[in-house]
Amino acid sequence: MTPLGKRPTAAAIARRVGAGEITARRPVEEALERASAERLNAFLSLRGERALEEAELVDRRVAAGERLPLAGVPVAVKDNIAVAGVVTTCGSRLLEPYVSPFDATAIARLRDAGAVVIGKTNLDEFAMGSSTENSAFGPTLNPHDPGRVAGGSSGGSAAAVAAGLVPVGLGSETGGSVRQPAAFCGAVGVKPTYGRVSRYGLVAFGSSLDQIGTVATTVEDAARILETIAGSDPRDATTLPGRPGRLADGLDEADPASRIGWPGEFFGEGLDPDIRAACERARDRLAAAGAEIVELSLPHAPYGIAVYYVVAIAEASSNLARYDGVRYGYRAAGADELHAMYERTRAAFGAELKRRIMLGTYVLSAGYYEAFYGKGTVVRARIRGDFETAWERVDAILTPTTPTPAFPVGEKAEDPLAMYLNDVYTVSANLAGIPAVTVPFGRVRPTSERPALPIGVQLMGPARAERRLFELARFLEREAAA
Amino acid sequence: MSIGADDVRHIARLARLDLSEDEVQRFRRELSAILEYVNRLEELEPGRAAEPEPPDQPLREDRVVGWPDPSWFLDQAPSRDGFFLVPRVVD
Amino acid sequence: MSETKTIGGMREVLERWEPVIGLEVHVQLATASKIFCGCATRYGAPPNSQVCPVCLGYPGTLPVLNARAVELAVVAALALGCEVQPTSVFARKHYFYPDLPKGYQISQYDRPLATAGRLEIVLDDGGRKAIGITRLHLEEDAGKSLHGPDGTRVDFNRCGTPLIEIVSEPDLASPREAYLYLSTLKRNLQYLDVSDCNMEEGSLRCDANVSVRPRGTGELGTKTEVKNVNSFRYVEDALTFEILRQAEALGAGRPVVHETLLWDSVRGEARPMRSKEMSHDYRYFPEPDLEPLAVPATMVEEIRARLPETPAARAERLVKEYGLPEYDAGVLTSTRGMADYFEAVAECLGDPKTFGKVAANWVMGDVLKLANERKLEVTVGGPDGPSPLHPADVAAHIKAVAEGKISRNVAKDLIIEIPSGHMRYGEHAPRVLIQAMESLAHKIEERELVQVSDEAALEAEIEAVLAVHPDEVAAYRGGKEGLIGFFVGQVMRRTKGKANPQLVNEILRRRL
Repeated sequence: MTPLGKRPTAAAIARRVGAGEITARRPVEEALERASAERLNAFLSLRGERALEEAELVDRRVAAGERLPLAGVPVAVKDNIAVAGVVTTCGSRLLEPYVSPFDATAIARLRDAGAVVIGKTNLDEFAMGSSTENSAFGPTLNPHDPGRVAGGSSGGSAAAVAAGLVPVGLGSETGGSVRQPAAFCGAVGVKPTYGRVSRYGLVAFGSSLDQIGTVATTVEDAARILETIAGSDPRDATTLPGRPGRLADGLDEADPASRIGWPGEFFGEGLDPDIRAACERARDRLAAAGAEIVELSLPHAPYGIAVYYVVAIAEASSNLARYDGVRYGYRAAGADELHAMYERTRAAFGAELKRRIMLGTYVLSAGYYEAFYGKGTVVRARIRGDFETAWERVDAILTPTTPTPAFPVGEKAEDPLAMYLNDVYTVSANLAGIPAVTVPFGRVRPTSERPALPIGVQLMGPARAERRLFELARFLEREAAA
Repeated sequence: MSIGADDVRHIARLARLDLSEDEVQRFRRELSAILEYVNRLEELEPGRAAEPEPPDQPLREDRVVGWPDPSWFLDQAPSRDGFFLVPRVVD
Repeated sequence: MSETKTIGGMREVLERWEPVIGLEVHVQLATASKIFCGCATRYGAPPNSQVCPVCLGYPGTLPVLNARAVELAVVAALALGCEVQPTSVFARKHYFYPDLPKGYQISQYDRPLATAGRLEIVLDDGGRKAIGITRLHLEEDAGKSLHGPDGTRVDFNRCGTPLIEIVSEPDLASPREAYLYLSTLKRNLQYLDVSDCNMEEGSLRCDANVSVRPRGTGELGTKTEVKNVNSFRYVEDALTFEILRQAEALGAGRPVVHETLLWDSVRGEARPMRSKEMSHDYRYFPEPDLEPLAVPATMVEEIRARLPETPAARAERLVKEYGLPEYDAGVLTSTRGMADYFEAVAECLGDPKTFGKVAANWVMGDVLKLANERKLEVTVGGPDGPSPLHPADVAAHIKAVAEGKISRNVAKDLIIEIPSGHMRYGEHAPRVLIQAMESLAHKIEERELVQVSDEAALEAEIEAVLAVHPDEVAAYRGGKEGLIGFFVGQVMRRTKGKANPQLVNEILRRRL
């Protein structure tokens, strides 16, 4: 396991490749070597030769004078994001043989910027889970303690980055699936504003919440990747118009003196004391640097999980209806009648998938729609309203990212509800469509029960306020190192 | 808020999931627990969904942009003579 | 059952029972590309050649709405007098079927594009009846499943074609009214270029909801849904069958079961679909991948201002501008193509009031006959097919007759010689007319078809004819005025049709 900070950042690689100091091939080759030797089950597939060919293409472009912001940067991509010509399993038997015929828009933009996708990373099946234990291809282990989960659903990308296999990765967010594993693994994790990054090519889970997010070892890298992939896309009608401004330049020069919200609802029961202490330290550092700390309330936050498990899961059950074996992917053999073929094919979904499909189908079914989906939508609007009210008084909100550090493999597998409660601090941002960043901030005190596992501290901001969040996150990153 | 085994079987049929008896029982327990949790939304006052507000409509120009090689799709699943094949439908 | 299938049987049934019919019509919009992706919508392409990851429901794909589909849907809504909603919402309608790739259809549910319209139909007795339109909404079409004994073949070319669904109130009181509703709807939507409304090709599809109730009562009976009526021919048959069936059942004390029936045109009966116990719980919810659709009042007015004329408005105008009888205007506006054709001919002739009726006669007569023989539609020609006869050629012949250069009969014979596609219809109508007239003049000269209007010459011919038919002359002088036609005919034969018939007539009357 490679400690953070020992491997070059994406910024450093791009600078050196762009300046001609090293070839693009070198960081890509090294990443591929490290990835093939890994024991965390972070990667499901590696692109090998194809990645090296692409690296050589980058070298030719650099030689021709093109300025490429991510020249030669090796990237790990969650296996629910389409890369043309590459198997995209979504961690599921249903798509085990499935090759995507097109690139996600985010991938095309990475390519344009000179980055090279070296492989696809493990995830909870169809991004549904909080530990990567729901993958059909085994769990991903935490680089800090291989007896513990890497978190989920973007566990593979978070572990790959935290273990130093690659400097940056793409994951996806629906309820916290980039931030939670980033916090568990000690990496920076970003969820953009809803609509900031195109969902074209992201296999849909909860369409009104999904966003591609970035994982990195530094705030600057995470911001740079986001800057590259963000912007409106004619292929996705839910993208925001225009492009964000510069997100990664000059973060050190920014003044952290902002108004920071401290919501009582996020610091109640169930929060690990070491994580609480880390948040308080972060708060105090911000205050010392001139920030105004404002205690406030997000009264509907405690209902976030309930809303999420109605709205997101309803959308998920709908988005999974297309996996029927007719046009692509796995098709069960031996059925001589159509609906039997559907049932046998879809029996290959894992238990968590079946649970969610059932739950989602139930809440949308005749007679229950108003009580569940209807009600969930109303409460979701109230959660959004709570944030709108908060932004009148603060510029950002500081909370823990997770209630506990990484838990042992298998500990929550039997209790779906306990697993769902992992997302309690992260779902609000997805439901409200606002951006959020998790920054590693210290470790838990090592005991006989657990080693010094990473802690993540979360900053949430108003829609489109990624820049401010990166500035504050950069401040905390410097403070954490001090 | 509990759901019965028959409800579970009905939902499974709607969703084209083939569940074993063990799975039916297990899901019945788990779904009941989850629905119980979700039902806390009832604690909140009822309200009405807000009027959807459409932003600037991102519409597409009516122009044909063909996929370069549609025959590739037929190779991804059982097909013959240009058609996708599925087992017969008992309607 | 068989004895009630006769028309007499139906009449009896209708005395006792009142049919209540509502129609759900699906119309494919005439866009170039599909509703949510850039694939072509052309009919008849090889299977699975007009597909892409979006319309095949591949993982990670998203729908983006076609602006022209919205425009055409609004046009249709306006033509049907509907209220266009400023905000409407797309919804997912879930069911599993091999030709529905996503496992749901993107449609509109409780917030449709338009509501509360009406379509006026003209009944056989000339009376008018307004049929209410409940709603009109946008949705995507599914692919096509071809069922066989060993399996089903699926073609996704049609999948994603934009549709509007038009639901009528149950205001139709007979199979005939249903037919009239459909044909009026078709004509109006064709006129406005919304759709080619071709039932055989599936661009217009119809499902019927049918019930009967004892005449004079108000409560609705149990309705059935009749599907697979895929031709105008079958509409009345299928509805008649179902009405008779329901009446017979109710008359015998058996209840009507609420079910879906498929029309079998070969056997002339509607049979219940063998549906499984799974009911259709469509689990509608708002489509998260599409924003609500905004159609503000300004956009509606802008579209309304650009609307092509409806058939009714056009017929009215033809009566006014060209002095045509209502009947003629009705025939000429029965299709958009014929109306356009007539006006093209009239445009070439330049003087609407003078030439209106003549041009109408030619179009309704000679041109239509020729078009039928050539198996073409009466149109000015375009990408969908050639014109049967160039309007300028028709105009040239009309002018030549009017100027006395040739007789009407000669003109009739000459015109059928001209091949379709002889000239391309285009912008330079005056020049094209000159061309046509030159071509005709050349022909007349070459073949010596010039009408003889020289009185002296005609007198000579007339004398010759009268000399050979003394009995008929006597008969005419004795009172048989109808024989004038005979004499004219004889003169025309002698002159090979070149004699000016009006002059011949005049001279004969003077002479006899």
